[in-house]
Amino acid sequence: MSHVNCPECAAEIVLEAGVEAGEIIVCPDCGVDLEIISLDPVEVNLAPIEEEDWGE
Amino acid sequence: MHSQNSLNSVRAVVVGGSGYAGGELLRLLLSHPQVEVIQVTSRRHLGEFVYQVHPNLRKQTGLKFSDPDLLQPCEVLFLALPHGQTQHKIEEFSEAAKYIVDLSADFRLRDPQAYPRWYGAPHAAPEWLSRFVYGLPELHREELRDARFVSGVGCNATASILALQPLVQAGLLENDRPVIVEIKVGSSEGGAEGNPGSHHPERSGVIRTFSPFGHRHTAEVMQELGLTNLSLTMTSVDLVRGALATVHGVVKPGVTLKDLWKAYREMAAQNPFIRVLREQRGVYRVPEPKILAGSNFADLGFDLDTENGHVVSMCAIDNLMKGASGSAVQCMNLMLGFEETLGLEFPGLHPI
Repeated sequence: MSHVNCPECAAEIVLEAGVEAGEIIVCPDCGVDLEIISLDPVEVNLAPIEEEDWGE
Repeated sequence: MHSQNSLNSVRAVVVGGSGYAGGELLRLLLSHPQVEVIQVTSRRHLGEFVYQVHPNLRKQTGLKFSDPDLLQPCEVLFLALPHGQTQHKIEEFSEAAKYIVDLSADFRLRDPQAYPRWYGAPHAAPEWLSRFVYGLPELHREELRDARFVSGVGCNATASILALQPLVQAGLLENDRPVIVEIKVGSSEGGAEGNPGSHHPERSGVIRTFSPFGHRHTAEVMQELGLTNLSLTMTSVDLVRGALATVHGVVKPGVTLKDLWKAYREMAAQNPFIRVLREQRGVYRVPEPKILAGSNFADLGFDLDTENGHVVSMCAIDNLMKGASGSAVQCMNLMLGFEETLGLEFPGLHPI
């Protein structure tokens, strides 16, 4: 089972079996989208996430 | 009616059970698998059914309010009297039960001199102050396991302490900089008694900063976290239940967002009712009291301005639950050796 640390909050993320490079996963702690750059070694980058403007 | 005949159950009495905290306490205790509520007292409502004052408890109990001068023997006594009353009768109460949980402010502060300053009168039983443990499991879990006497917690103090605790515990705050806590509170904090300010035409739609500084709960936060350069500002908002504490402070040089994540994650890992909420999507990205109504959870959130070290930490609670009766039951669970979360698992409602 592969692990990777979230670049945003440092949470340890366990990768599900069968994930592929290029796939987007979500950090379970801080909720950012992460793109899997490579699997061996496991590398992830922050993926763009839609900004919300509450207009408040 | 609820079946309350568990062989291992403890008998509980609630003194002063007609207020909001008392009603919430009864809601929790009547459903608690290890507790049998045998008596609820109220002078004002003597002889009335409990559900006539707390309508949500209809079909939950057939108890009537009884005379507080005729206490029945029990294992655990919950005192939900107005501030200033318990301290005059603590000797008598201590003879009625082995374990006491006092929800009032009478035994929250350790220093007797703090009572004239914050509550306007000397304490009537200062020798008892050191016998009580401050009733916030997130700070005193191990002491509570061996305690017989537990104080309640101030709701605003609870929200403030829990918002600050990850930063204090991890030593992240710059100690010589002031800490400001802005607290938005719902109307149930004012209790079941009305006053001109709580009259519906005056209270409805309000955003009212009724205490810019000097609120009594400040003393609890100072005592429990060892902070002295601290201000609490209270603003009443148009909610019935709920409190949101927003802390403003400055972190030490070099502290990063990941350091904050580590501190908050540890706090959540150590405490079953603490959740970290710092979401990137959806509607609920930061802690909000609204979804915590009736729940004992406290939701924590944070952010850091890396330009200047300004940290913002938030804690949302239900003031009647984590800020009063929920914590009281959690303390009882610890004192009596029950599972800490027993009877407190309700996660809240959504939508609400």
